[in-house]
Amino acid sequence: MTQAITLTPLDLSIAALLVVGLGVLGLPLRLRLTRQIFVAALRTTIQLLLVGLVLKWLFGAVNPLWLLLIALVMVLAAAREVVNRQERRFRGAWGFGMGASAMFLSSFAVCIFALTIVIRNQPWYDPRYAIPLLGMLLGNTMNGIAIGLDRLTQTAWQQRAILEARLSLGERWSEAVRQIRRESIRGGMIPIINAMAVAGIVSLPGMMTGQILAGSPPVEAVKYQILIMFLIAAGSGFGTIAAVSAGSRRLFDERERLRLDRLKET
Amino acid sequence: MPRLEIRDLAFNGGAPVNLTIEPAECVALSGPSGGGKTMMLRAVADLDPHGGDAFLDGSAASAMPAPIWRRRVGFLPADSPWWYDRVGDHFPTVDNSALQTLGFEEDVLKWTVRRLSSGEKQRLALLRLLVRKPEALLLDEPTANLDPDSGARVERLLADYRDEYAAPVLWVSHSAEQAGRVARRRFAMKDGELREASF
Repeated sequence: MTQAITLTPLDLSIAALLVVGLGVLGLPLRLRLTRQIFVAALRTTIQLLLVGLVLKWLFGAVNPLWLLLIALVMVLAAAREVVNRQERRFRGAWGFGMGASAMFLSSFAVCIFALTIVIRNQPWYDPRYAIPLLGMLLGNTMNGIAIGLDRLTQTAWQQRAILEARLSLGERWSEAVRQIRRESIRGGMIPIINAMAVAGIVSLPGMMTGQILAGSPPVEAVKYQILIMFLIAAGSGFGTIAAVSAGSRRLFDERERLRLDRLKET
Repeated sequence: MPRLEIRDLAFNGGAPVNLTIEPAECVALSGPSGGGKTMMLRAVADLDPHGGDAFLDGSAASAMPAPIWRRRVGFLPADSPWWYDRVGDHFPTVDNSALQTLGFEEDVLKWTVRRLSSGEKQRLALLRLLVRKPEALLLDEPTANLDPDSGARVERLLADYRDEYAAPVLWVSHSAEQAGRVARRRFAMKDGELREASF
């Protein structure tokens, strides 16, 4: 097995010049993204360095409690991100809670399923497997849920007249919102379906590329990637369905009235 | 014989409203825009949170599932949207004589919604409501976008429906002449307060 070439801070700085170039180009184009690009790039650097240190320490301490704590922090951060990406989010604890619980249920369930039944590493909570797996699941589930909920609330807002006309004709809330719910779930699931469809032809998934760069035999890396793809599809699919379904219900109250006042105005 | 009773209905921060509409009676409601007429109809149809209650034929809205209540008190919004591609997909059943009264051929049900003019949309939205046989009618300016001839057809159809089903009708209208034609009792809603108006 050949070892990966170690990257020096200088190597990374040179790559960072590309991002700086992108940000500077945004100025004359008035993209108003320059600040966001720099903040995001800075966040990526600091967060990944920190997580590198945490993982280094965590891998030395194989303890399910530490693992659980880290996993909870990851879920909460992902839920916060889902909320931040909503144009019209649900007011109060619901906006955060629906995304968080859908993500928690689907990512944790799929992750534990994969560790205990598919990979069967000993012990199953070995963080070297659990954390990267959960991270990939959460990242994709978060995208699905964020897109699904955003689509749901935006469309409901735009189609308020239609929803209320359907309620006026005596439809149940679930009938009235059915088309919007379906489109929102589809919207949240399409990225992962597309990713599965083009994997290996158009794109080489990041995890597999990483394993190959680190010296794994390509076919071993590919097998892991296939597993990950399936897990991500299931995790983000179930998570999106759960979050969009909960969100659809929350748009209506106990008298099946459309309650757009439960959404934050932009 | 259904009677529509509105008891201490409080909405939009206004004073509680009381109104009883007898079977086969039509009550006209007028008043300045933004005075709360639409809000009142929406509250009766239980589309917005409100205080008080409404009764149809003695049974309270709050005592039955909201979709059933809404099916019984047919609310026609001022601007009725369409959501399927074809007109006919919005109709659970067809009523040819009602179509004819409003000046349509049967094949209008095969039309795409995009083809409809705003006046056609408004008349068909009324029909879409009536084929569901509501026991009462809450009408928000049902003839607002119509030419006089179409408006007269709508008035005739509604009068027939009211007589046939003994339906109580609450009709929001901006036109004093129309209110005089269709209703014997007239009310005005201003700043959230309901007052009986004299002719």
